[in-house]
Amino acid sequence: MRVSMDIELKDVPGQLLLALNPISELKGNLISVVHHHENHTPRGLIPVQVVFDIKPENLEDVISRLEDSGVEVARVGEERFLEHIAVILIGHIVHTDIQDTIASIDRTGYAEVVDLSLSMPCIDNPSSAYLKIDAVGKKEIKDAISVLKNVASKKDLVVIEPIETEFI
Amino acid sequence: METIRASIIGFGAVGQGVAKVLLQKANYLKDIGIDLRVIAIVDSKGADIDTEGIDLSAALSRKRTDGRVGPNNITGLEVIRTIDHDLMIETTPTNIETGGVGLENMLAAFENGRDVVTSNKGPLALKYRELAEASRISGSTFRFEATVGGAMPIINLITDVLAGNNIISIEGILNGTCNYILTRMMDERASYEQMLAEAQELGIAETDPTYDVEGIDAACKLVILANAIFGMDATYKDVEVTGITKITPESLILAEDGGYVIKLICEVKKDLIRVAPKLVPNGHPLAVGGTLNVASVQTDLAGTVTITGRGAGSIETASAILSDIISIYRK
Repeated sequence: MRVSMDIELKDVPGQLLLALNPISELKGNLISVVHHHENHTPRGLIPVQVVFDIKPENLEDVISRLEDSGVEVARVGEERFLEHIAVILIGHIVHTDIQDTIASIDRTGYAEVVDLSLSMPCIDNPSSAYLKIDAVGKKEIKDAISVLKNVASKKDLVVIEPIETEFI
Repeated sequence: METIRASIIGFGAVGQGVAKVLLQKANYLKDIGIDLRVIAIVDSKGADIDTEGIDLSAALSRKRTDGRVGPNNITGLEVIRTIDHDLMIETTPTNIETGGVGLENMLAAFENGRDVVTSNKGPLALKYRELAEASRISGSTFRFEATVGGAMPIINLITDVLAGNNIISIEGILNGTCNYILTRMMDERASYEQMLAEAQELGIAETDPTYDVEGIDAACKLVILANAIFGMDATYKDVEVTGITKITPESLILAEDGGYVIKLICEVKKDLIRVAPKLVPNGHPLAVGGTLNVASVQTDLAGTVTITGRGAGSIETASAILSDIISIYRK
């Protein structure tokens, strides 16, 4: 699982190493560390956001080891959805049961529609929608898009996906 | 100095563009050792033949005043079969149902051992294998840079300049008419129908726009890339195609709010040949506007190479034909 954790460190040398050691000891894979030097807490501590992958059974251990070494753990959250995509739909989106279209993604269990903007110019004309979909991984994004395309073809909706290749 | 005797079969906008470009670059061609003589020009109404070399500016002005290049009744096929020459420049109008007269011309040229340079997509989008095979058997050279992306160099870029690279995918915009309509719809917040009408008024879209707006023209060009670059044996009917006729101005605005533009994107890679409207991030190299064409080539060694340029126009297309001619005969 991927974990996002807000911790608070004393503003003295060696603190970051102290905080990261338990993660590496418990075979966690560090993804990112962001220092918020500019936002000292009222107690003079520095907030740091750490994101890492770790086996779920080791997370409690990481937290207790951190607390034992004097690191404040302010927040722990699971980052369930790692991948995001936006698509456009065009057609009779509302009249073809928009709820069912959204549910087809949500039902997968690995992806969810997290945002939807709808534009309906006038009755009987096709509407347009901008959907944001989150999923647990890259493969699941692809799967969710094929689920959507399948539903869309039955409802005669056009699906416009982003181009695949990022510019390198 | 090598003398190259050439015929121009098809004397519409592109054929005339070739004649203009050959006139303009005559000295340059001589400088690089190519003495190019056009010994026959054929259009749908007649022909001009001079085995010593036709005066191209006289031919162009005859075409302008009389509506035909010459009084001779000989057909393109007869010229190809009976008059001795090295190179056939095929610029007849494209036919995507059967390949039309262009296909017959090209096959006849190969049978008679003539090299072929063409801008005519139809025959290649339908019968690429057959043509490539015929050229191989006759030992003739077959070049067709002008069929894809007009002046934008893509086929020769990949086969010559990027030689040695594995090509992973090609993605791009290969139809200027669709790009123009989508760009204008976005600029003006206007409907597809309105901007199609504007494009027709400006001569950017045909009276019957089906071929462009339904993505067929783009599919033809894409399939030429699929065959020539990826070694596929496909026709344009194998391409999965969605056109732009259903795109709404609202969808373009929603896309813009999300940081995207909508473009008709052609895409070819192993096991996939597709033309469909896609979301392209603002500022991405593929997000070019107006009638421009663009292509991103993903390679194993050189990374991604992106080129953009004018996809249509008689002089632009003639430029691609000229570069093919030079690459065949330059020593």
